[in-house]
Amino acid sequence: MANLLIILGKVLVGFGGLLLLAAYMTWMERRVFALIQVRVGPNRVGPSGLLQPIADGIKLMFKETIIPAQADKVIYLLAPAVTLIPALAAFAVVPFGDSVTVLGQKVDLVLADINVGILYIFAMAGIGVYGIVLGSWASNSKYPLLGGLRSAAQLISYELSLGMSLLGVVMISGTLSLKGIVEGQAGMPYIVLQPLGFLLFVICMLAETNRAPFDLPEAESELTGGFHTEYSSMHFAVYSIAEYCSMITLSAVGATFFLGGWRGPLLPPVVWFLIKVLAFMFFFMWLRASTPRLRYDQLMGFGWKVLLPLSILNVMLTAGAVVFLG
Amino acid sequence: MLGEICRGLWLTIKHSFKNRVTVQYPDVKEEMPVGYRGLHKLLRWEDGLERCVGCKLCSAACPVDCIYVESEENDPEAPTSKGERYASIYEINELRCIFCGYCEEACPVGAVVLGNEYEFCQDDRGKFLYEKGDLLVERTEDHPELHARYDEKNLLTYV
Ligand code: SF4
Ligand code: SF4
Repeated sequence: MANLLIILGKVLVGFGGLLLLAAYMTWMERRVFALIQVRVGPNRVGPSGLLQPIADGIKLMFKETIIPAQADKVIYLLAPAVTLIPALAAFAVVPFGDSVTVLGQKVDLVLADINVGILYIFAMAGIGVYGIVLGSWASNSKYPLLGGLRSAAQLISYELSLGMSLLGVVMISGTLSLKGIVEGQAGMPYIVLQPLGFLLFVICMLAETNRAPFDLPEAESELTGGFHTEYSSMHFAVYSIAEYCSMITLSAVGATFFLGGWRGPLLPPVVWFLIKVLAFMFFFMWLRASTPRLRYDQLMGFGWKVLLPLSILNVMLTAGAVVFLG
Repeated sequence: MLGEICRGLWLTIKHSFKNRVTVQYPDVKEEMPVGYRGLHKLLRWEDGLERCVGCKLCSAACPVDCIYVESEENDPEAPTSKGERYASIYEINELRCIFCGYCEEACPVGAVVLGNEYEFCQDDRGKFLYEKGDLLVERTEDHPELHARYDEKNLLTYV
């Protein structure tokens, strides 16, 4: 019974926290953008505009759901969920803190510590794209279709390098479990040993989450809204929540693999974890405000001709180092 | 390429320490410059007589025909304006107005001006039909911002 309660509690705290964080990322993004563009940003609803995400949520809920006449209705309505669920589920294996004692039991602050953690995350990220492709296909409209196709092509090109960029860390630590990887960084974070891997990871992570400068699937100047052009109301909101969730999850993966996860002096582990994730998120936003969008062929060429060879090189170098230097 | 991105990042982060350009509108209101074209006003002379002589030149100059004027002879005992006639009806449909300022330029006596007031939202279309009473100022002296528009020769200073 107590076990069940603890699991339930973890799930509620983990996913609730993730969703809340995702909602507040919209606020943070707008504030960071405003900061960089010498504006103020949302500051009317609540102190510093902190209630803005809630107001936005209520507004979106009361909006009408518009379904295009030619759309495949069932798939059209289900597609956002197909994106959101993997984005949430992927977070399950990320350890967001050290173990704590609740009700006399030792509880690890990770929803599920499975020994193929990182493979699981990639699998989930891979499923997420189905939601985008299905949604764009079911909309039966040209802009979403192009956006969806771009998204699929982009994901295939960059997922390879993303996986490879993490392989170095996996080889050094000798485990696929995220908890094990955090334990391996007790001495120093892996970013010191894997600077190239970190750089590759950050670039691929941007492409994987469709963020600027790789936001081709939703390039508003050419595709209006990309895959979610036809979506409105809560279905649209679910897409954007899913996008922010996968950003947070990949930020958490980055923090876990390269920055030592929840490890850090003085402050409690959960706070350190949050700081690292938020630092990643800030970087995402900062970059989006600073860079123009890549052209599509540049994006593909960059992925296959630059990132992939570099990540293979990184893997080989790391392998050599692990074998010869121990 | 990395170097360029870093330069871009540096530039944007420098901007985030600048002073904000946003005006927090309902709390802070900006002073409108001389020559701002807002809500119309009909002015008076220093002695209180209306400037408008009912010549309808403003109405003729208006590109969207949103001014309607009817004029009558002044009563010689108690004149309303300094000329022979005065405007008995003077209406401006502010919804049609494009705030071009041609009426102001056309007026021979400097009677109609576009003032500094820009907050005149209404919840009903009918309320945008401004009549003479709504446009005529009590005393021109109360509106120093409108005075600044004319030099001593009564010519618009900014045209
Ligand atoms: S500002 Fe232009 S449009 Fe408006 S009343 Fe005067 S002449 Fe007509
Ligand atoms: S406002 Fe000026 S132009 Fe218009 S009728 Fe009166 S005097 Fe003539």
